[in-house]
Amino acid sequence: MRKIRLIARLDIKGANLIKGIHLEGLRVIGSPNEHALRYYQQGADELIYMDCVASLYGRNSLGDIVQGAAQNVFVPMTVGGGIRSVEDATHLLRSGADKVAVNTAAVANPRLITDIARRFGSQCMVLSIEAKQIGPDRWEVYTDNGRERTGLDVIDWVKRGVALGVGEILLTSVDREGTRKGFDIPLIRAVTQEVSVPVIASGGMGKPEDMIEAVQQGGVDAVAMADILHYSRATVGNIRRAAQAAGIEVRSYEQD
Amino acid sequence: MSKTEVAVIDYGMGNLLSVRRGLEHCGATVVVTADPGVILSTSKVVLPGVGAFANGMAELSRLGLDAVVREVAARGVPLLGICLGMQMLLDESEEFGITAGLGLIPGRVVPIPSNTTHPQKIPHIGWNALVLPQGRENWEGALLQEIKPGEAVYFVHSYMASPSDPSHRIADCLYGDTSVSAVIERGNVFGCQFHPEKSGEVGLKVLRRFLAS
Repeated sequence: MRKIRLIARLDIKGANLIKGIHLEGLRVIGSPNEHALRYYQQGADELIYMDCVASLYGRNSLGDIVQGAAQNVFVPMTVGGGIRSVEDATHLLRSGADKVAVNTAAVANPRLITDIARRFGSQCMVLSIEAKQIGPDRWEVYTDNGRERTGLDVIDWVKRGVALGVGEILLTSVDREGTRKGFDIPLIRAVTQEVSVPVIASGGMGKPEDMIEAVQQGGVDAVAMADILHYSRATVGNIRRAAQAAGIEVRSYEQD
Repeated sequence: MSKTEVAVIDYGMGNLLSVRRGLEHCGATVVVTADPGVILSTSKVVLPGVGAFANGMAELSRLGLDAVVREVAARGVPLLGICLGMQMLLDESEEFGITAGLGLIPGRVVPIPSNTTHPQKIPHIGWNALVLPQGRENWEGALLQEIKPGEAVYFVHSYMASPSDPSHRIADCLYGDTSVSAVIERGNVFGCQFHPEKSGEVGLKVLRRFLAS
């Protein structure tokens, strides 16, 4: 059985690690790489860096931050926010990223998914989806950090993305993000039932039990955690032990 | 004592920053290079790589580095292949037709089988535990000397090495029903299918051991 991955998610604005609620009302938490190193040392299986205002202002400052992280973090890193071209992806992969996550530019130009997957392999191409519920069992794709509607249905977009070459899906619930109310299980289940590529649940993790629910009821391959780690409400080690106690297979980590 | 100098071979395949940083973190002085003179003058050589086998071999030979890597191995200098770099140590690969490899460890590179009782997603991506292959009792004296069976490392691959001599097979990982060759060794030639530079402290222990070899 595949090991469930515990991923620390770092949302970045400029040079700062930030955190919002529903992706808005951003508060500065501190230095991204100090937190990254701490989560690495706690045994995070991967890191995700998201530049949350990059697509808004049409720029990307992540290259330097990732290059800094690559100096002393030795687990896979996914980087997203403002990637518009194969060249942007190349720059981030050369800076130490292992995968790139694309949202806004993929909606505007779905060919970008195929171009990145062909150039670097599907395993490099993560589709980032910001989902907002619009009806019973219906979710709409949002871009620009939960600000812009697209009219796209999440399930249709997921299927199209996989057909175009997406190797993994980062699924963020805008409704739950930053609320600590737990993951949007119906959303997660609707996506994991539809596709065979790995799905990372993001948005809403308030306590270790939420992770168990996302895995056992939602069927995800990985969970992204931000708020719960940033405010030290739990360590990656606490969450790993909760997973093991619930019979979920995770990476064994000696330093726990 | 001077630091160990390591050449990381740069033949245009994959991100070398993390490999470089991993080795530096373990105390090595690293030079990333495609210069045969530099490669042949260092005390350790790493052959990294991400991508397709045929492209990797074509780039190595275009740069004249296939002969250089063979020379490194023949001189008894410790050589570590990572991921595609490990696969190229074998005789040949079945990826997109048959392509000859470096022939430093007998065997071939084959697809991870998908028609098994418990088929798994291909590529094999993620953390998986290192286990002792059938017939091996421990990792005493091997690249994995500091590692305990069951410790996990990070894999990303669709093809796998199949060494013909079981004694070259140091560690496997289990993917579905398939035993995937994870570490191979023949004398001074070492290969890791996983990425030690992305496998946390376990991966760094492997790099440290290589530097001490």
